[in-house]
Amino acid sequence: MTIARRRLLGTAAALPVAGLAAPAIAQSGPLKIGMITTLSGPGAALGNDIRDGFNLVVKNAGGRLGGVPVEVVVADDALRPENGRAIAERMVRRERIGVLTGIVFSNVMLAAAPVILPSATYVSANAGPSQLAGEQCNANYFNVAWQNDNLHEAVGQYVTQKGLQKAFLVAPNYPAGRDALTGFKRFFKGEVVSETYTRLDQLDYAAELAAIRSAAPDAVYIFLPGGLGINFIKQYAAAGLRARTPLFGPGFSFDQDVLPAVGDDALGCFNSSQWALDLPLPANRQFVDTFEAEYRRLPSLYASQGYDAALLIGSAIAATRGRVGDRAAFAAALKRADFQSVRGSFKFGNNNHPIQTIYMREVVKDGQGRVVNRTIATAFEAHQDAYAAQCKLPA
Amino acid sequence: MTATLFAEQTLNGLQFGVMLFLMAAGLTLIFGIMDVINLAHGSLYMAGAFVGGTVTARTGSFLLGVVAGAAAGALIALLLELTVIRRLYRRDHLDQVLATYALILTFNEGVKVIWGPAPIFLAAPEMLSGTVEILPGVPYPAYRLAVICAGVAAALFLGWLIGRTRTGMLIRAGTTHRETVQALGVDVGVLFALVFAIGGALAGLAGVMAGPVLAVQVGMGEQILILAFVVIVVGGLGSVKGAMAGALLVGLADTWARAFLPVLLRGLLPPSSADQVAANLGSVAVYLLMAVVLAVRPQGLFPRHA
Repeated sequence: MTIARRRLLGTAAALPVAGLAAPAIAQSGPLKIGMITTLSGPGAALGNDIRDGFNLVVKNAGGRLGGVPVEVVVADDALRPENGRAIAERMVRRERIGVLTGIVFSNVMLAAAPVILPSATYVSANAGPSQLAGEQCNANYFNVAWQNDNLHEAVGQYVTQKGLQKAFLVAPNYPAGRDALTGFKRFFKGEVVSETYTRLDQLDYAAELAAIRSAAPDAVYIFLPGGLGINFIKQYAAAGLRARTPLFGPGFSFDQDVLPAVGDDALGCFNSSQWALDLPLPANRQFVDTFEAEYRRLPSLYASQGYDAALLIGSAIAATRGRVGDRAAFAAALKRADFQSVRGSFKFGNNNHPIQTIYMREVVKDGQGRVVNRTIATAFEAHQDAYAAQCKLPA
Repeated sequence: MTATLFAEQTLNGLQFGVMLFLMAAGLTLIFGIMDVINLAHGSLYMAGAFVGGTVTARTGSFLLGVVAGAAAGALIALLLELTVIRRLYRRDHLDQVLATYALILTFNEGVKVIWGPAPIFLAAPEMLSGTVEILPGVPYPAYRLAVICAGVAAALFLGWLIGRTRTGMLIRAGTTHRETVQALGVDVGVLFALVFAIGGALAGLAGVMAGPVLAVQVGMGEQILILAFVVIVVGGLGSVKGAMAGALLVGLADTWARAFLPVLLRGLLPPSSADQVAANLGSVAVYLLMAVVLAVRPQGLFPRHA
């Protein structure tokens, strides 16, 4: 990494002339940052948290990132890839915005990336499709959250560490669902008693729950995003299974966007995340306290990712003194990841995806009777995704 | 595959069917009797769940929440009938679809403005949150048994209202012989507003009853609306009896396919492809059922105007 850093610094140092020659951002107003995110439809809570986390950093710094006044231009993709692509075209080509962030869902990300990456820099605060981590990795694409498989891999690892032998897996029948279970199985060494794929619009899980009871596994792993997870967790608890078989999932089904809606039914469930509410780090305490004071709710992992995306972009703006148009220098500054992440140690691998710790959390009640996560273990330290080797970018 | 597991899965299917019936009953009344395609029926369901959830949280009483949810459904339906739907009776179905689709978008945004984008909390009351041992070794969620009771009660009430009361008679007559009923001095406008309010109350009730089992979130109505349309097409438009039969068939087909296809296919295929094929087949089971019923009985199982 030291070598990589030096090489990148070298590249950056060789570039100031080019940087000056490139049309410096017209300093007629604040530096614009484009945020394409999902603010309507079933995924709205996710985009809402990413936006609020990002804006909190800007607000705490008096409307600046990295010392430069910024304007965050927000647009709603409504979870439609064609919308995301059209917004990206508008922001990059018409408004000439040089830095973009905010996309929640991988299908939107994959549609917008070909429009954004030829002329702007993108920092992903959520979506981490395997394509952009592997063969299609890009020097101007950074992911500050995770590669899609990471949280699933962490639970597979933890369930194996715990010596649980038989696992029952449930995911929706669509590409991300199958990828999720592949991620889990990559690190799970026990026996998979069933890999059940459900409908993406499924409401009732009684049939699957009866099958789980009859199979009597040692662990149940679900990847059921949003409302699907809420349906499943409520019905799992009502069926009396929570006391018999521990329920595991990625942090997506067990964070502050859904826990208030599920309530006590989620207590005792285990989930993985690169961040947790109770991580005892000064940066995290400041984040959680200011977020709660500003928005009157607890932040989710999505909010932490939006917050970190703003800190990361701010660090690169500071290093380049706002010249985001010099893309090589800006990317080199981003790759240094010179910011205090709310999750602690963080660095980028060769493919511009995180190398980071992934924690296991248990859903508990806090002192105020709120249903929250408590960190109980570390599944991985310095974990890198499985696709980095396919990426041709230098380390 | 044991007999108890089969019995349990069958009960699961019936319970899911009853939940679908609550939703489909109102839809079939409005679609079948008034000939209006009301896509916003799912929005009434969502409104019932959100109002029911809020009232339950404020008062601590789930029963009050249920009453409030049904009342909200009825009230909003009445307002909709007076302001929008009334203008659509004589227009074709495409206009109705357009107008009520716009209502869906309006309601979804409205709920987001009032309650925010995150799902809200609604749990079963304490006394129904446990399980009941219905068969030896098969604990069954008490709340799901309560849903079955509520659905059966709603069915009996509707059957009595439509089949045995003077109002019901007028509603039936108003559909088939509208002018005659008007000539007899009955205000058909009031009658149709009443039907719409009853349908709304049922949707609101379905929403709040579904709350402890399903996520209470923006867009929840559209998910169940599609299944409810399948139910009323299978059962026959406008028939409450048909809605019940259709709902139970759809519930059973859906649950049996999901429960037993993986087991059957694992005997024929390697496990990984068996799971995949079962998932794909299970997700179309309901639509296969609808296709078969339409092929054999295009009017549905219990057509109103047979």
